[in-house]
Amino acid sequence: MSAKISISGVGHTFGVTGHREGLTALETVDLDIADGEFAVIVGPSGCGKSTLLDLLAGLSTPTTGRVLLDGEPITGPGVDRGIVFQQYALLPWRTAQANVEFGLEAIGIPRRERARRAREYLDLVGLLAFADRHPHELSGGMKQRVAIARSLAYEPAVLLMDEPFAALDAQTRESLQDELHRIWQRTGKTIVFITHGIEEAVYLGQRVAVLTSRPGRIKSIVDIDLDRGAAEDIRSAPQFAGYRHEVWSLLHDEVARARELEKEVVPV
Amino acid sequence: MTSSALTGDNTERKTGAGTRGEPASPRRRSVLFGLLTKSAAVFLLLALWEFAPRAGLIDPTFLTPFSEVLSAIGELAASGRLTEHIQASLTRSLSGFGIAVLIAIPLGVLIGWYKIVSDLLTPLVQLFLNTAALALLPVFVLILGIGEASKIAIVIYACTWPILLNTISAVRNVDPTLLKLARSLNLSPLRLFGKVVLPASIPTIFTGLRLAGAAAIVVVIAAEMVGAKAGLGFLINDSQYNFAIPSMYAGIVTISVIGVGFNQLLVFIERRLTSWK
Repeated sequence: MSAKISISGVGHTFGVTGHREGLTALETVDLDIADGEFAVIVGPSGCGKSTLLDLLAGLSTPTTGRVLLDGEPITGPGVDRGIVFQQYALLPWRTAQANVEFGLEAIGIPRRERARRAREYLDLVGLLAFADRHPHELSGGMKQRVAIARSLAYEPAVLLMDEPFAALDAQTRESLQDELHRIWQRTGKTIVFITHGIEEAVYLGQRVAVLTSRPGRIKSIVDIDLDRGAAEDIRSAPQFAGYRHEVWSLLHDEVARARELEKEVVPV
Repeated sequence: MTSSALTGDNTERKTGAGTRGEPASPRRRSVLFGLLTKSAAVFLLLALWEFAPRAGLIDPTFLTPFSEVLSAIGELAASGRLTEHIQASLTRSLSGFGIAVLIAIPLGVLIGWYKIVSDLLTPLVQLFLNTAALALLPVFVLILGIGEASKIAIVIYACTWPILLNTISAVRNVDPTLLKLARSLNLSPLRLFGKVVLPASIPTIFTGLRLAGAAAIVVVIAAEMVGAKAGLGFLINDSQYNFAIPSMYAGIVTISVIGVGFNQLLVFIERRLTSWK
């Protein structure tokens, strides 16, 4: 198995005013992600999940260790990786279609081809009928689907998703999870998905990496092997509950520790 | 942030209630009703203006009934003097406003883009903004003389600060996730500016433009009152000296019409540019 993404010994420390040694967000993280894999990273709040994603995106560089993409170190942002943000990051003055075209403009695709590709990907997320709407005319779930279409449109090999469904209501979240799973199966992208939701992690991931509380390290990796054809509602199947409990147990102590850490940090 | 919220408040008051975000009604009757509601208070004021002097509540020598003000405007317009005064005032205020726009928007973008520069300069801009431009009129006259230069200069001065401050805060407050998105796509600085920063800043910049538009008119009138041979400020002052009270009111009404008109023009342009809202 050749790793698409290889994270080895990665640590990241922020400079914080008032702290001489800074704040260590990540400490010796090791994780390999295969080509076409759907990898989920879960962890308590403040464990450095988003920091890890920023490193993969090339938006910041690790203090120690290295992050490889196709065997090459990541030196900066690039369109070989698409990012989906929790806050959608749609340009409010552009229509859904123009938002999808935004990434295509960045890589210099000609206008007509841009429009065609944008519509193709809007169709993939089921929003072709809303191509001319502005973000404020769309629901939260639709906005995130537009953002996903935008990230897919310039055809990156890797999709980095930073708690993309956290701001959505439960029903919308479930339907978007279904849709993302379908898109992943259809496109064969390598997906790194960050969440603090245990069910979301188990439902989506082929592997779920559990991070410890700050400083974040990989506590354990759970392989998920759900027989999706077995039940109509896989989320209520016993095997699903089993995995859910396994991840929950791993996270439980970390969440408690993260709480303690927050209490310590507040008075500073 | 606080400053932009503050200036935003001011503009809302100046543009009046209900000029923003009202969907066009599909039915003509309700449009008509809306127009009536909006103009009712103005008509009431004008009616009061007409009848208070006629009924003897106020000495008509000091408050000319509105209809006579209108006929004074008619006479001034017929003689060509009104156009001459309007032209003088508009030339001064619009050129000052235009120059201020050309200076303040690019400067504001530069200052806003570099955090350290904006932290350094924003207090200074605040200070200038809150130093009444008119207090500096004697200084401008002293240095630039009583001619056109000092009048245009003071308009530039009065317009620059609100535009500058709002442009700085607009650029500083661009949604950070949009900047992160742009960075993740490796956008060049020029494209980042043209495709993200500028469009995101337009609403706040327009708040500054509307404040500056109002300031341009106030300041030019005052400057013309102090020393000029033409312009609406001159007309008002001169009419008062010569006890031509109807034409004094004619000047005042003209100014308020121009002020409202200019603000509406800016609102119209803003709506066109931010039709996505």
